[in-house]
Amino acid sequence: MTKPNLAVDLNGLKLQNPVTTASGTFGFGPEYRNYVDLNRLGGVMVKGTTLNPKLGNPTPRIAETPAGMLNAIGLQNPGVDHFLARILPLIKDYNFKTIVNISGNTVEDYAKLANKLNVEGVDALEINISCPNVKKGGLAFGTQPEMAASVVEAVRAETDMSLITKLSPNVADITSIARAVEEAGTDVISLINTLLGMKIDIHNQEPILANKMGGLSGPAIKPVAVRMVYQVAQAVEVPLIGMGGISNADDAIEFLLAGASAISVGTANFVNPEVTMEILDGIEEYLVEKGYEDINEIVGKAIK
Amino acid sequence: MSKRVIAKVISQEEISPRHFKMVIDAPEVAKEAKIGQFIHLKWVAKLNEHDPLLRRPISLNEIDQEAGTITIIYRAIGRGTQLLATLKAGDQVDLMGPIGMGFSIPEDTNKFVVVGGGMGIAPLYPVVKKLVELNKEVTVLIGAENKGQLLNLADYEEMDVELKASTVDGSYGYQGFVTEFLDDTLIDADYIYTCGPEVMMEVVQNWVIANDIKGEASLEERMGCGTGACLSCVCKIKVRNESGWDYKKTCIQGPVFPLNEVIFDD
Repeated sequence: MTKPNLAVDLNGLKLQNPVTTASGTFGFGPEYRNYVDLNRLGGVMVKGTTLNPKLGNPTPRIAETPAGMLNAIGLQNPGVDHFLARILPLIKDYNFKTIVNISGNTVEDYAKLANKLNVEGVDALEINISCPNVKKGGLAFGTQPEMAASVVEAVRAETDMSLITKLSPNVADITSIARAVEEAGTDVISLINTLLGMKIDIHNQEPILANKMGGLSGPAIKPVAVRMVYQVAQAVEVPLIGMGGISNADDAIEFLLAGASAISVGTANFVNPEVTMEILDGIEEYLVEKGYEDINEIVGKAIK
Repeated sequence: MSKRVIAKVISQEEISPRHFKMVIDAPEVAKEAKIGQFIHLKWVAKLNEHDPLLRRPISLNEIDQEAGTITIIYRAIGRGTQLLATLKAGDQVDLMGPIGMGFSIPEDTNKFVVVGGGMGIAPLYPVVKKLVELNKEVTVLIGAENKGQLLNLADYEEMDVELKASTVDGSYGYQGFVTEFLDDTLIDADYIYTCGPEVMMEVVQNWVIANDIKGEASLEERMGCGTGACLSCVCKIKVRNESGWDYKKTCIQGPVFPLNEVIFDD
């Protein structure tokens, strides 16, 4: 029996397999080298990168919730210059695609980041549009189709690199945002980012997170994510990277069937540091068992 | 190098109400483990695989390389530790470890003082054992709510150390807080190790600074990944930069930091 094809082509961004790691959950990659054969990953979305170094939020930054967790790290990162000088050289020779997740407070921030990251060794940019737009009263870019599109257009103008736009689920109609960023020139859409949530300590009678609110992730959000992938897959032509609570191969396959061409593993890396390898093996087993020769045959198969 | 292993529980006992001691068969971890390191632990789920979700970081209380075992002492207070407490000999745990930068023992130093409060006594026992092996002069100061929570008390009583213990309820030793021993002018130290509630460590830090000695503190923070990726467990450490501090990762850059450099303000 020949091995099924696992390679996927995301509108020009070629991954050796569909398994990637979600930004903020896998560091820059090497953090997991004791646990994972990094060369077997399809892609790594590195820690959210900003123009200047960011200290992030005070602690507590994390709170466990039923089948999930809240985080409010606040984009702590060493800044794009440090990334280019010190981190990129350590990761660019791995087989995985290096995908840099970028965040800004203005459209210009995103454009400057794209310009600086337009270098050999960076394979794609993932645009995080869940950040607050300081010029629009802190409303997140990703909540309005026009604001989301303006970020993508500004980045597109700076680079020919593959662009992935990461959608926020905290919106009224995710398909309208998806169509807007497609129109603005994104090559790929990834979804979903975390759902905004809160946990209160009933003894102290105050929110547990120092930032009060945080992003909910983990198995608890998976049905929401699958639904959104299923909807967006039917609203746009560009390929999707599905994520949100994927903890095992079965979960990953659900996203592929819902219309994602690739998947990202996030919070599950904390629970089981080897989970990406188990998911990769599990997807292959599923394809063999069901008699498929190519992973692309099952993408969107649940859409009737 | 830390790894993930599925290991067998050799024994588990409730040594005091809600306080559990678990011995785990993990030769690979025992072989590599250093004093002050921890494991990131999860029960192997039979049901409810996703809830509670995250691992629990727990310090090593004993490392037995010959037997290939590690021992942890923990308090079953939340949902995760209460589940751990249900495990019996023969059950499995899923652990990552050993993790972190442990305690160091400076050369040419003779008089050591160890200050532990509550659950913070647990990671200090391997340090005391090591110091005794090295024939150092060791003073052990431990404090807890009551006698049952003075972890490793019986072990310390049999060791060649100067032991002073305090309990809040007066059930053993001095009635009061362990930090009150520090006022005793007889306490003479070249180097200090501490772990416990932040308020306690802050008093120890002030004492250390006032007496111009050095030491190390083992910190605890809410933790996510245990690999340095998620940045959940950061703590404020003094560094030479504009603001005078930076966030360091408790998991892989700690949990042990130079006592003078820790900023206790969160």
